[in-house]
Amino acid sequence: MPRYLLKRLAAILPTIFFVTVIIFGLQQLLPGDAAAILAGENQDPTVIAYLRQKMHLDEPLPMRYAYWIAGVAHGDLGESLRIQEPVLGLILQKLPVTLELASLAMLVALAIGVPAGIVSAVGKDTVWDYAANLFALWGLSTPNFWLGILMILLFSVQLGWLPASGYVSPLEDLKANLAAMVMPAFVLGNAIAAVLMRHTRSAMLQVLNADYVRTARAKGLDERTVVLKHALRNALTPIITLGALEFGTLLSGAVLTEQVFSIPGFGKLIVDAVFNRDYAVVQGVVLFTSTVYIVLNLLADLAYFVVNPRLRG
Amino acid sequence: MNAGPRPLMERGDTPGRRALRRLLRRRGAMLGLAILLIFIVLAIFAPWIAPYDPVAASWSAVRKPPSAEYWFGTDEIGRDVLSRVLWGARASLLAGLVSVCISMALGVPIGLLAAYVGGWTDGLISRFTDSMLAVPFLILAIALAAFLGPSLTNAMIAIGVSATPIFIRLTRAQVLAVKVEDFVEAARAVGNPHWRIALRHILPNVLPPLIVQATLAIAAAIIAEASLSFLGLGQQPPAPSWGSMLNTAKNYVDNSPWMAVWPGLAIFMLVLSFNLFGDGLRDALDPKHK
Repeated sequence: MPRYLLKRLAAILPTIFFVTVIIFGLQQLLPGDAAAILAGENQDPTVIAYLRQKMHLDEPLPMRYAYWIAGVAHGDLGESLRIQEPVLGLILQKLPVTLELASLAMLVALAIGVPAGIVSAVGKDTVWDYAANLFALWGLSTPNFWLGILMILLFSVQLGWLPASGYVSPLEDLKANLAAMVMPAFVLGNAIAAVLMRHTRSAMLQVLNADYVRTARAKGLDERTVVLKHALRNALTPIITLGALEFGTLLSGAVLTEQVFSIPGFGKLIVDAVFNRDYAVVQGVVLFTSTVYIVLNLLADLAYFVVNPRLRG
Repeated sequence: MNAGPRPLMERGDTPGRRALRRLLRRRGAMLGLAILLIFIVLAIFAPWIAPYDPVAASWSAVRKPPSAEYWFGTDEIGRDVLSRVLWGARASLLAGLVSVCISMALGVPIGLLAAYVGGWTDGLISRFTDSMLAVPFLILAIALAAFLGPSLTNAMIAIGVSATPIFIRLTRAQVLAVKVEDFVEAARAVGNPHWRIALRHILPNVLPPLIVQATLAIAAAIIAEASLSFLGLGQQPPAPSWGSMLNTAKNYVDNSPWMAVWPGLAIFMLVLSFNLFGDGLRDALDPKHK
């Protein structure tokens, strides 16, 4: 285990290095003088000169990268030009909201996707299989911001059951918080449910044809025990690890979902930053997201390693 | 009338023809293709089919519900929603096709190079690809579009670049499998230069999975373009785009829901058509996959 862990850790170092190069490179895409652009409307020469000096714009590119990465290594992701606050602080402030949304969305996705996948695999080529496949196609083809608008139209405007937008902290009022999060969580979980359904279906189809499942049936076990106890247990491992990898999709989707439902999370932070030309925040959010994704990838790999004795050989 | 057992492989039957026959038998794929063709026709003939100018405001027809005069209703400044949906098909189809062309133009040669040359070139390209894949697709596209500036062209570049690593990885994996085949060894033995082996012998054999991926990637790119336009980073107003129409529509959902229904339905149908066709194509080209 320690050797495997070390090997995996060594493999992610170059990945993280290239991620930082890509994110640093984003800044080079700005046309013209970066300091003048970053100064925004305020074209005061002193501000521009200050920014140029602060960003080391007069120095060669590799040196600028070195200064930037040294700051990042110390947790300094830069400062928001608009609110004059450290980017890391802003991210950590918004993170709990997005984490709550992402966790609820994942719950929705698991609650819909896994049972749909099981039903589809067990009843392969039956009407249930077709229905589950149609559901997956629907999930993969529906833009989540459109689904969000339609749900607002139905549940907020027509029926008046749920608030159309806004966010209440769960510490303040749990009921109001859940009422505000039901629709966003469903909208965000819908597409992931479709992906999980397809993974579950193919994983279940594989194990349902395995010899040990045939043996379990031959022993006279009822179909329910065979499917839920024998087959699902083995099919779940790849589903859970693949589920962890859907984190990227969740965060991408959160950007749009938070925009539709005016939820003040991570996604709204990056969109607001884009429109305020607050590039340090954009870079910070991308770097933070990628790092979390890489770490989750590693954890998923390790979890797979732990639960799959064959890999430990 | 019974024609008797058919020979296993008819005269002139190629793997391509067999795949085409399997594709034609897939009802889902054919339905997807039919929807797609309708959208292509509507996009091409939008100037002649659209009943009104898609950008012309009419202050006497602000937010009119669907009627005989305005089939899909009008928007917040009196523009005809049907005309805007028809013209918007151009932006969506263009964005889907151009972004995937960019991804393939970058990803296929790089993936081919990595797998064919191997060694440190492969290591370097693979690590770089892993890094790009570590940044969530839409977040990378948003960041790229933000730094490049908001426009449809930049959105297409951003989406194309963001989707490139998928094609690098897929091409690399396919080439690694094909380059050890006997026919490649034979091509090498008769003295073919490397470029000829790579382009004439390996590339045609890795194309089928790439075509399937391209079809599904177009669906993802259309949603991505609509997402960027929804956020204000794609097609700029007043030019019609389904994403930006939805962005405006969300402010009027309580009293003008038609503004949100039609552009969203158009995105859904177009993306569905590519997904249906892509799934069918995958099953037809790889019958083992099910």
